[in-house]
Amino acid sequence: MNILELANLKKYFATQKAVDDISFKIGEGGIFGLLGPNGAGKTTLLRMITGIFYPDSGEITLRGRKFDPLNDSIHIGYMPEERGLYKKMKIGEQALYLARLKGLSKQDAMASIKKWFEKLEMETWWNKKVEDLSKGMSQKLQFVTTVLHEPKLIILDEPFSGLDPVNANLIKDEIFGLAKNGSTVIFSTHRMEQVEEICDHIVLVNKGKKILDGTVQQVKQDFKENIYRLGAKVLPEQLMTHIFEVVKHHPDHLLLRLKDDTQPNELLKYFISQGVNIQSFNEVLPSLNDIFIKLVEGTAATRQFQQVQ
Amino acid sequence: MNKIGLIVGREYFTRVKKKSFLVTTILVPLVIIGFYAAIIAISIKGSDEKQKIAVIDEGNLFTNFNDSSQNNFSFRLIKNETEQSFTKKYKDQGFDGFLYVPAFEIDKPVGFVLHSKSSASLATTSAVEKIINKAVRDKRLQAQGLDPKAYEKIAADVDLVNTVDSKDGSKKSVAAVAYIVSFACGILIYMMMIVYGTQVMRGVTEEKTNRIAEVMVSSVKPFQLMVGKIIGIGAVGLTQFAIWIILMFMLQMAIPLIFPGIMEQVSQAGVASQQAGNSMAVTAIQGISSLPLAKIAFSFIFYFLGGYLTYASMFAAIGSVVSEDQQEAQQLVFPVLMPIILGFVIMTKAINDPNSNLAVFGSLFPLTSPIVMMGRITYDIPGWQLALSMLLLIGCFLFFTWLAAKIYRTGILMYGKKPSWKEMLKWAFARS
Repeated sequence: MNILELANLKKYFATQKAVDDISFKIGEGGIFGLLGPNGAGKTTLLRMITGIFYPDSGEITLRGRKFDPLNDSIHIGYMPEERGLYKKMKIGEQALYLARLKGLSKQDAMASIKKWFEKLEMETWWNKKVEDLSKGMSQKLQFVTTVLHEPKLIILDEPFSGLDPVNANLIKDEIFGLAKNGSTVIFSTHRMEQVEEICDHIVLVNKGKKILDGTVQQVKQDFKENIYRLGAKVLPEQLMTHIFEVVKHHPDHLLLRLKDDTQPNELLKYFISQGVNIQSFNEVLPSLNDIFIKLVEGTAATRQFQQVQ
Repeated sequence: MNKIGLIVGREYFTRVKKKSFLVTTILVPLVIIGFYAAIIAISIKGSDEKQKIAVIDEGNLFTNFNDSSQNNFSFRLIKNETEQSFTKKYKDQGFDGFLYVPAFEIDKPVGFVLHSKSSASLATTSAVEKIINKAVRDKRLQAQGLDPKAYEKIAADVDLVNTVDSKDGSKKSVAAVAYIVSFACGILIYMMMIVYGTQVMRGVTEEKTNRIAEVMVSSVKPFQLMVGKIIGIGAVGLTQFAIWIILMFMLQMAIPLIFPGIMEQVSQAGVASQQAGNSMAVTAIQGISSLPLAKIAFSFIFYFLGGYLTYASMFAAIGSVVSEDQQEAQQLVFPVLMPIILGFVIMTKAINDPNSNLAVFGSLFPLTSPIVMMGRITYDIPGWQLALSMLLLIGCFLFFTWLAAKIYRTGILMYGKKPSWKEMLKWAFARS
């Protein structure tokens, strides 16, 4: 079953078509990446999924039923890109308050806070105030307050910004753990290396429209360019053939693009017949970064304002 | 509803638990009490230093000064000096000042001059004027062939008592007390509306700039967030009132215990001026008891809540559209403060003339009625006016809350440029 389905979602602002007819489905469990350049409409999209904005048109279906922002907020945990906490409030009280606003009873909230504070080594923080925390620490706290009520759908907007590698890994492990326990994580970012590492399924939006949708593996297959890496010392005169073209020639390896009707075996046969000593051979799939740049490049780097009727 | 309760609780307790809340709540009445104590102490003690004033009487106005040395002034007649010659000497002879009386006609008493080291106080000039007036009057009486002593006997000095006949019997009314109570109620509502309205605005702006608003709005409706904040802060205001009232009573009871001396001094009312003070306290108590206290208390709470709620929602809307820049807030707040200040101005008029057209209008118009109506409350207000005024206020509060909630909902998630009034109105009347 899909935990979340978006159908023809639209949200226009006075000068922007922020989200312009986007549809996709997210299966239960797993980690979903929502990618896009700055100003692509990611945050607006997430705000509609969290019930902060109402879509102009289109439908959101959560767990098989029409999304009801008021009653479904217990199932959703949202960590916005701009972190927000009450600076003057004690950390323990703040966590309790936010959890209870989600609908948890006081006992449940306390138990959950205790569990998470222990897990992330935050027990001593209870009576501190948010203004006493460093940026990374408050980030950790923000993450904890997002998942305290064990939501089925967790939405994280740039969760790692401002975290050092140790704490980033800590949070990353928690995200994997949550996904393993059946929660679905929507993860919005423009840091592609994190996406490749974490996400199962991605959607790429640009200028308010969806331009890519699929699993990470599938997307890479779709965008591969038949490029292979051959680890071998090759002389230039050994490259005189029509079955491939050379993309790059390094002293100890080659990047080659195969012609469409050629199989990798033919290429290996050719080099073996040339008497080349092959040390390694593998296909080079494009990185998400390359795909991202390829798709987004050429469109204006920043969105222009336009009049929306 | 449960969520609003949680928000109200947080807004209330974070403020009440703050040290500054305790400090202001307890210090303000202490300062007021201390102020009164100081006034009482000064008035009991009086001024020890007698002002010595010399008199150069070229007009032969004064015959002797044996009986005209008043409380704090002693006058002495100086002979064989002129105004010029004595100006240089009076300081060395230990006088605080001297009065120069020129030769004058009894029908046209002009040309009196009071010389002093520094500018003379109001008390001094009035005391000097008093003895001159009395001397001139005596001279005129004698010129008419009348005995000044006989005149003193026949001169009348009447006190008028006003009795208000209401259903529960006749009571002595004291206009001054009614006036003071009205004014105090009006000014208190005026201050509370501004102080707590501004707190709402600051709280909203803080949530917006801290970006907590986005987290909150993913759990609760913006309307709940706004209403919770307004109610929570309003409850802080009521708590402050309650603490003040309790403190006042406690201190009033405690003063005689702590300073038994003060009360004794007051009750040893041998001196004439203290007698007057004492009887003033009696009339004040009588005056207060003649007022419809239950009605005043009820109206006060009603109009405080009505006025606060109406304005707080507007302050919340303003808080939601500004970002860090306090300057922006100032500009937007001004149009909201205008009717409050207008209400205050009308109130000062309404106290003097509680049934004038302006006063009636001001106490019905919901943006000024909380302040103006309190200014009229000690007077007899027709029942329909009170009822209409309250209904209009409730209607106004509902309308403004509805309007403000729509601005607030959009504003709290907007960053960057401050929206214009036109844009805000667009948000307010936009559908959904």
